Amino acid sequence: MKIGLALRELHRSETDLTHDLMQAGERHKADHEIFYVANDLAAWSRKHVVEIARIAGNYGEHLDPDVASELTLMEKIREKGGQMLGRDASAGLLLLRDLRHILMQATGVSADWEMIGQAAQGIRHQDLLAVTERCHPETLRQSRWANSMIKESSTQILIS
Amino acid sequence: MTSKDRIAEPWGTRTPYAAGQPWPVRVDTHLAQGVAAEDVDRWVQTASILHSNGDALDIAVKDERIVGVRGRATDRVNHGRLGVKDLYGWQANASADRLTRPLVREGDELVETDWDTAMDRIVARTRELLDEQGASAIGFYTSGQLFAEEYYTLGLVAHGGLGTNHVDGNTRLCTATAAEALKESFGSDGQPGSYTDIDHADVIALYGHNVAETQSVLWMRMLDRLAGPNPPQVVCVDPRPTQVARHATVHLAPRPGTNVALMNALLHEIIANDQVDHEYIDAHSVGFDELAKRVQDYPPEVAAEICDVPAEQIREAARVIGGAQRLLSTVLQGFYQSHQATAAAVQVNNIHIIRGMLGRPGCGILQMNGQPTAQNTRECGGDGDLPAFRNWSNKEHIADLARVWNIEPSRIPHYSPPTHAMKIIRYVEEGSIRLLWVSGTNPAVSLPELARIRSLLSQDRLFLVVQDIFLSETAQLADVVLPAATWGEKTGTFTNVDRTVHLSEKAVEPPGEARPDLRDKDGQPLVKWHDPESAFEAWKECTRGRPCDYTGLTYDKLRQGTGIQWPCNEENPEGSERIYVDGAFWSRPDYCESYGRDLVTGAPVEATEYKAMNPDGKAVLKAAGYLPPHEMPSHQYPLQLITGRTLYQFHTRTKTGRAPELEAAAPEVWVEVSVHDADWLGISEGDLVEVTTPRGSVRGQARITEIRRGVVFLPFHYGYWDTGGGHEPEPGGPGRAANELTLTDWDPASKQPIFKTAAARVQRIDGSVRPSPAPTTTASAPVGDIGVRTRGLPSAQVDEDVPGDLADTRGPTGEGDLAGVRGTEEER
Repeated sequence: MKIGLALRELHRSETDLTHDLMQAGERHKADHEIFYVANDLAAWSRKHVVEIARIAGNYGEHLDPDVASELTLMEKIREKGGQMLGRDASAGLLLLRDLRHILMQATGVSADWEMIGQAAQGIRHQDLLAVTERCHPETLRQSRWANSMIKESSTQILIS
Repeated sequence: MTSKDRIAEPWGTRTPYAAGQPWPVRVDTHLAQGVAAEDVDRWVQTASILHSNGDALDIAVKDERIVGVRGRATDRVNHGRLGVKDLYGWQANASADRLTRPLVREGDELVETDWDTAMDRIVARTRELLDEQGASAIGFYTSGQLFAEEYYTLGLVAHGGLGTNHVDGNTRLCTATAAEALKESFGSDGQPGSYTDIDHADVIALYGHNVAETQSVLWMRMLDRLAGPNPPQVVCVDPRPTQVARHATVHLAPRPGTNVALMNALLHEIIANDQVDHEYIDAHSVGFDELAKRVQDYPPEVAAEICDVPAEQIREAARVIGGAQRLLSTVLQGFYQSHQATAAAVQVNNIHIIRGMLGRPGCGILQMNGQPTAQNTRECGGDGDLPAFRNWSNKEHIADLARVWNIEPSRIPHYSPPTHAMKIIRYVEEGSIRLLWVSGTNPAVSLPELARIRSLLSQDRLFLVVQDIFLSETAQLADVVLPAATWGEKTGTFTNVDRTVHLSEKAVEPPGEARPDLRDKDGQPLVKWHDPESAFEAWKECTRGRPCDYTGLTYDKLRQGTGIQWPCNEENPEGSERIYVDGAFWSRPDYCESYGRDLVTGAPVEATEYKAMNPDGKAVLKAAGYLPPHEMPSHQYPLQLITGRTLYQFHTRTKTGRAPELEAAAPEVWVEVSVHDADWLGISEGDLVEVTTPRGSVRGQARITEIRRGVVFLPFHYGYWDTGGGHEPEPGGPGRAANELTLTDWDPASKQPIFKTAAARVQRIDGSVRPSPAPTTTASAPVGDIGVRTRGLPSAQVDEDVPGDLADTRGPTGEGDLAGVRGTEEER
């Protein structure tokens, strides 16, 4: 059985998504809704990582439940840069690129959850299935958010 | 006839009544000194423009000037009563510093000019921007105090004419969550309650709603029931010791920002005790299973921890609400301007849906509005909704609107929801919007984080047009200022919280060259009407068949003595007391105004998803989990700051600050601190203190009250127009406007800014011999005797006329009695 490998892959993609959301929030701090909601959604992914790490033990994998949440020096520089960019029109294009990246990443995470869910049903592991049922809907909500922010933001950015 | 100092006794004489009986009449009149009723030349009908209650009144005109006001006895909203803001606020209309001529900027100065010059500048700049970039460079930020005819015209010009999506009102700051919560639960805006529900309810629950000060006449109605036989029980959720809290059967004072946890615990108890209407749930709702599952995680013990409210108190509140036979709930800014605003407001709707408390007498929800005509911005497309509750993401609705306006559907922007106010401000900040037209509102005082707002409104690359009646803080930053006509000087209709439409007639001429906002110098060909009444007729046609159906109304009908509630059409020629009778909702996928949004992310629900979820147009039960506020107290900022209103002032005091009786009652900012916090901070009544958040600081005198510990309150009314600074604090001087301190954040679903969860610290600066200037009659009442009580000027005397029997004044008067707060409960 290769569920452990799939969980390892899911763990990696959720960790990456957490970082993507946090970084987008810092970079676009002057866009307050992006800043706050991205951080709220990063908390969901962080919570997912804890759940994945916990259940992965049953499948022979030792995964880190922690996603680093303190701002490193590089991240602080990015945040400051983001605030300075706040008055500059090119911040908009950067925002669209970051949102697109989050959308792609979240879609990938969703596919990973899909796989785990299918495996769990196949071997009737209720615990694993319960984790999927708790987490996968939130991943879908994350990608819908990214998509809706792209829709809401791109018109003004591209035609001004 | 009684004469009362209504500053000292804001809610006036009691007229107790019992459930099921009509609310007695009491006519309040206030005329200028030396003017008697017999001297008045004529009385002109209107309704209040200083809050959203829609209190009907007649303006007294003598020698072509407004000389006073009198409540209208026959109106269904107020039965003749008026609150203090209306009794005295009319005086501002004649204030000597009214704007009378247009102003244009020359360097650092604003200089008077004529209308042609002013409009030429606006038109020229508009044309430049349209050529360079198009309509996306232009934004409209309007008010909650204009008339329906004006909003409808603006909606047409902006959406259908210019084709801009950047239209919103300051109603975003006060009412957006009410509208969004209704759309989430019922697929459409439309108040599922009526003021007459107070006459029948056995339980009234008020959530973050200091009705005693925000809609004082509605509170008078509640007080009269409380003074009568078999009074209703009252549940009050508020961190402050408001008059409502003092009359409550159960008063919960949660930490700011924790409303969702509290509501989930109430739902948990109601469901666990099986106080639900299973038949109603099955027949008329979707989503119950998910709601029940979600609130399982919120037993009262969990909420008690989050909210810092005793679990037993939460259980008690749930028992009262769960046991109600006829439940009325009201909600306002304590929920709407706080963290997870829409999610929390939606849970109030959920209680009514699962208990089947809709569509019959006494069973209603009043998701309140914050401003007098906020309802009309939601109906007419002045705030980012499309006219007549049409769905911007439904192509059929767009085509229908285009038919009404006789234009191509593609001219109406519908690729995304209309741009909300904070986003318009963001576009101004980053430079993609370069002309902003502000009418009848004062963002330089009422938006959060004022240092940022002042900075971006002052940018050279922004062409700022401000239309107002006084030179407000925002007008002082403008490139062109246009004087406006206001209430009493123009004719039009507007609608209150419970769908009651009133006609306001022109009483006097506007001063100088001020003109009604309706007139457009360019003579837009899209606008096929020429005056308010023809605009109203056009608006009626736009509403035909939509939920807010006005087709049965006419100006003449609205002159027959009372306002009339929509829907008013062929089926309901006298208007409609109630909607959603027997589960008849407006939420069918092809008809609904909105498919709703994700309550955490704000992402709009797609049409296909909605159709699958709610094919038969039922009520929607939406669950939400608690998330901690975005700015939490810390070691450096250990308290939570909330901002709000006082009874005696309205918004940025543009009008109420110019009414002597009101200004005297609440002349200056103050800082409310709890007994507990005053103790460890070493603060006494009247001390000068400084409140600081990461955004800035404000100084004011301290008022020690029974506000819950850990919370500090500032009224948001005190800007700078009447100080040396003009539009900002004096150089090096302390701030006074509460919004110097608030953070820039908003609810993702409603986009309403959050004014009630900033982290703050308070420091004593100096002692004082005088008590603070906060009123003693209201939520700002001091703990103990401070040696002064709020009293009116001699001119504050108001005549109260109760026809028939003498008013019963033996019961609780509801006055701001310092000593008797617990006593009033015992007396009952």
